[in-house]
Amino acid sequence: MSDISAEQVRHLANLARIDLSDAEIATMTTELGQIMEAVASVQAVATPDVPATSHPIPLKNVYRPDVVADVIPTEKALASAPEHDGSRFKVSAILGEEQ
Amino acid sequence: MSDLIHKTAAELADMLAAGTTTSVEITQAHLDRIAAVDGDLNAFLHVNAAVSLEAAKQSDARRAAGAPLSPLDGVPIAIKDVLVTTDMPSTSGSKILEGWMSPYDATVVTKVREAGLVPLGKTNMDEFAMGSSTEHSAFGPTRNPWDLDRIPGGSGGGSAAAVAAFEAPLALGSDTGGSIRQPAHITGTVGVKPTYGGVSRYGAIALASSFDQIGPVTRTVMDSALLHDVIKGHDVHDSTSLKDEWPSFADAVKNADVKGLKIGVIEQLDGEGFQPGVLSRFHEALELLKANGAEIVNVSLPSLAHAVAAYYLILPAEASSNLAKFDSVRFGLRVQPEGGGTVEQVMSATREAGFGAEVKRRIILGTYALSAGYYDAYYGSAQKVRTLVQRDFADAFSKVDVLASPTAPTTAWKLGDQLDDPVAMWRGDIATIPANMAGIPGISVPAGLADEDGLPVGIQFLAPAREDARLYNVGGALEALLEQQWGHTLLSQAPELKGGQR
Repeated sequence: MSDISAEQVRHLANLARIDLSDAEIATMTTELGQIMEAVASVQAVATPDVPATSHPIPLKNVYRPDVVADVIPTEKALASAPEHDGSRFKVSAILGEEQ
Repeated sequence: MSDLIHKTAAELADMLAAGTTTSVEITQAHLDRIAAVDGDLNAFLHVNAAVSLEAAKQSDARRAAGAPLSPLDGVPIAIKDVLVTTDMPSTSGSKILEGWMSPYDATVVTKVREAGLVPLGKTNMDEFAMGSSTEHSAFGPTRNPWDLDRIPGGSGGGSAAAVAAFEAPLALGSDTGGSIRQPAHITGTVGVKPTYGGVSRYGAIALASSFDQIGPVTRTVMDSALLHDVIKGHDVHDSTSLKDEWPSFADAVKNADVKGLKIGVIEQLDGEGFQPGVLSRFHEALELLKANGAEIVNVSLPSLAHAVAAYYLILPAEASSNLAKFDSVRFGLRVQPEGGGTVEQVMSATREAGFGAEVKRRIILGTYALSAGYYDAYYGSAQKVRTLVQRDFADAFSKVDVLASPTAPTTAWKLGDQLDDPVAMWRGDIATIPANMAGIPGISVPAGLADEDGLPVGIQFLAPAREDARLYNVGGALEALLEQQWGHTLLSQAPELKGGQR
């Protein structure tokens, strides 16, 4: 029932921002097909009359007073950054040349 | 001195209180043990003797001044690498976080520090807690102290192996689909998954936020109770943490008594697909409880047939979202594609290089389950199964006090045996996953050794949400009855570890 193509996996990898190799795409295409078959049974029992549950214990929204608390100082926040300029994270170009 | 490593945390606490040993002596004994055997086990990803000994020294000073922070002040503890720590790297078993230092401590880490416990190091795990064998760690597998050719369970194989091999009396674990309970079963130790929200998740590197729960990993039920008593309670930093007042779990173990306790045996987890030696120990344990006044009845939870399938849709969906934060910008690895690139290309190259195969598999699966056109069929359906599982549990708990099953279908398998078949490995979580689906608490207690391979078997008890104390009652009672029958602890039967210097 699950006809998953390599093209689809390539698209998913792109959405997930993982630069999968061709070999990984091939393996993943087979595996994803097998996995989707294995999990397909959920559709048989999930009839329209059953409500969905997203959380194990019912909870209401949690609010706190709107005051500044538990601030991590800039220095600490940047300490493990791949690259920074002392006050900000440094990132690569957001837009490519063609954009 | 080396005998200190064989003491339980409760015994060490008594010795410290009586002044017959010091935290420095206890900590040094465990560091020596780690140095002697962890080269073979690879239970620890990080150990810093100087930092641990300094904490031990401070503990001894507090006690000398007559002001210990808690009864466990000075007792060492190992911390699963999924929990962030300011004085040790936190990697969650992934290359993408190699060497990363957190700017803050996880709440449970703060709590154990505030109780005076001495962190010994960070324990190995499947990458981002995805796995049942610890083979998916980016830093090599942990090995089972009972047989070095076998897996220690997962994802918390490091924490379980550490306590089983007497490298630490206590450890912290995280349980998303069984990652505390299944390794306990596999290594002959005790593991508890508390009620969802009963222990703070703040500072636990999230896998699947609606399943994740932090809990104790120990050798005895009492030690789990003592640690649970330290880490439980509401945390303003975790909006899903419960505001309940919890009873003393240590008292529940002290007063353990199964007379009149109604135990439901889950029909769906008893029989087909379970190893004979696992079932034998399970049924013997039930007989023993029955002989001591418990009432045993069979209960049916038909929706469990679909629980694993639903879990493996919901978990990847939540994980793919949680792991989006590893974007090469604010922390962790950054890999530049050849000739440079845009931030998007850097991100894709980083995630390709930094994530292992199982993590990629689950992110792609989760992305698929959440994508337009498939969402209702997969993620939506899985959430409905979650409702059915919860209804089954509610129905069962209207008839019995606790439920029982084997913790997992088989004993420890050989390293590599299941790596090529992810779906087969996932099915091994059939007995543990349902508790996470419903948010209810569970415990795994050693039940003996399987006849066919001489490897440990655990029995699992489940209780309704917020009734964690029932697990300590039945677990504590069974442990005492079994040890009385055997005349020894289960772990005393494990082979002696020779060599394996770290």
